Amino acid sequence: MNPIAELMAVTKTYDDSVALNNVSLKIEHGEILVLLGPNGSGKSTMLRILALLQKPTSGELYFRNVRISDKNRDQMRMETTMVFQKTVLFNTTVYNNVAYGLKIRKIPTNEIQQRVDKALRLVKLEGFERRHAKKLSGGEQQRVALARALVLDAKLLLLDEPTANLDPKNSAIIEETMAELNRERKTTIVMATHNMFQAKSLPNRIALMESGRITEIGVPAEIFGRLSKALASFAALENTFAGNAKITEDGATLIDVGNGVSVIAAGQYQGKVSFFVSPEDIILSKNPFSSSARNMLKGRITEIQESDGLVKLRVDVGKPFTVQITRRSFDDMNLNLKADVHIAFKASSVQIV
Amino acid sequence: MPRALYIAKANLVLESSLNEIIEGIVKAFQLIFTGDPRVLEVVLRSLFVSGLATLIAALWGLPIAMALAMKKFRGRFLLKGIFNTLLGIPTVALGLVLFLFLSRSGPVGFLSMLYTPSGMIIGEALLITPIIISLATSALEAVDPEMMKQATTLGATDSQASATILKEALGGVVLAGVSSFNRAIAELGVAQMVGGNIEGRTEVLTTAIAAETAKGNIALSIALAIILLALVFIITMTVNVIQRRRK
Repeated sequence: MNPIAELMAVTKTYDDSVALNNVSLKIEHGEILVLLGPNGSGKSTMLRILALLQKPTSGELYFRNVRISDKNRDQMRMETTMVFQKTVLFNTTVYNNVAYGLKIRKIPTNEIQQRVDKALRLVKLEGFERRHAKKLSGGEQQRVALARALVLDAKLLLLDEPTANLDPKNSAIIEETMAELNRERKTTIVMATHNMFQAKSLPNRIALMESGRITEIGVPAEIFGRLSKALASFAALENTFAGNAKITEDGATLIDVGNGVSVIAAGQYQGKVSFFVSPEDIILSKNPFSSSARNMLKGRITEIQESDGLVKLRVDVGKPFTVQITRRSFDDMNLNLKADVHIAFKASSVQIV
Repeated sequence: MPRALYIAKANLVLESSLNEIIEGIVKAFQLIFTGDPRVLEVVLRSLFVSGLATLIAALWGLPIAMALAMKKFRGRFLLKGIFNTLLGIPTVALGLVLFLFLSRSGPVGFLSMLYTPSGMIIGEALLITPIIISLATSALEAVDPEMMKQATTLGATDSQASATILKEALGGVVLAGVSSFNRAIAELGVAQMVGGNIEGRTEVLTTAIAAETAKGNIALSIALAIILLALVFIITMTVNVIQRRRK
């Protein structure tokens, strides 16, 4: 089968830094390919080159066997679209946002209406047409952005960390929509993420990226099966740990990750394992508290990062955990650097990879 | 002169000038509401000159503002700095330069634009160009830099994406236009030096106020000043209300 898009020895440099280093990659028709890697590994640059928003410094890009040049760039751009990590919505209604690309393509008004309705249904935002897009919640806004892209029926859909900073409910809707698009319309999807759980469950193939290169590529089972090789890359990702697992008396798994830190996971595993805990799944408290969460660890805040109404905290419990909370919670709890806190998460939130 | 006499004389002067102002205001409203032909003509000419000047300044200023806000090129910061500096240009100085350019022996004297409404329109347009450019550039720069790329990835061409950015910044761009119009209609230097305040030809609100005050026609001056203030107020308020509704 011919690939839908192909990068051939693509390098992209910005001033003196190399964002992509001699990358070659074939993207097959109808597949979901996940680019997995830490921040700065070149995922976003790769997506922007595939979206024809940036030109490679060297190397070539083919789209359905046609080499992309300045002459056909605008025309080819109609075949692909991209959802950015940071939601950028137009200052108008949800309807006008979703209809934007269709109006550009001069689609008749009644067809626009039908396609917008369908797209909003797909992202579970029926009845939101007249709402002002910028007054929606962060998760709803990202779903509008996804509807605005999928309404175009583009052959290649590119998504840059579409669920980063979203709550589990909105993340799930976005993942379901992607899966349905791929299943029903055979849309080829390339998605960048550093969420390993997402990488494990969604794609047909995973490309591990590090320092502007693809270090490994294959089906999820292959990639996650070769843990020893992949671990070096995973180490740079958030909340990914390796340790020795043993089955507990009550049928769960206790993983000793070293430095006095042990974590309880659901299911039964033994020997060397790696696991991931989503930053959104971790509950933060200033005081110890009783809950159904089986993992409760005491630590200290060592780093605070803020973006778009959310706050990411690095909590050192012997091992560094990243915790994501809303800005409001952060303010309400009156947290600051070096504050002593407790983190808690369920055994079922521990994703063995 | 004894002190008491001084005070009495000062009171008399104050009283007579107060009377003059009150009389002026009463007469001003008479002139406004009876539709005095001269007042009407001056008002309409002011609106025409300032309106067309704003339109011309927008036509050449907005593309420059878009380039300054969205394109990266050498000298961009210098150019922005120059336009920001020109915001405070003394109108009389610009009027003098334009006078020298447009006068018969000047470089563009052959156009015979001195003491004509056309000359005033060009002069006012030049005066307000830095305002349009600086304010519109700030408004366009406030739009998310990723918006252009987002529009492009949805299929927009460069010009369609630029139009989208302009639409996103519409509030700020309209404000730039209103501020420019207000500056044009309320300034005296350029209108006086280039227009010459010829009654029936180039007389506008500001030049008429200055000339009539010098002649001692306080009532007419006050009438014209009230109209000038009312125009600026009404236009600004109307735009504010429209923008508020759009939100």
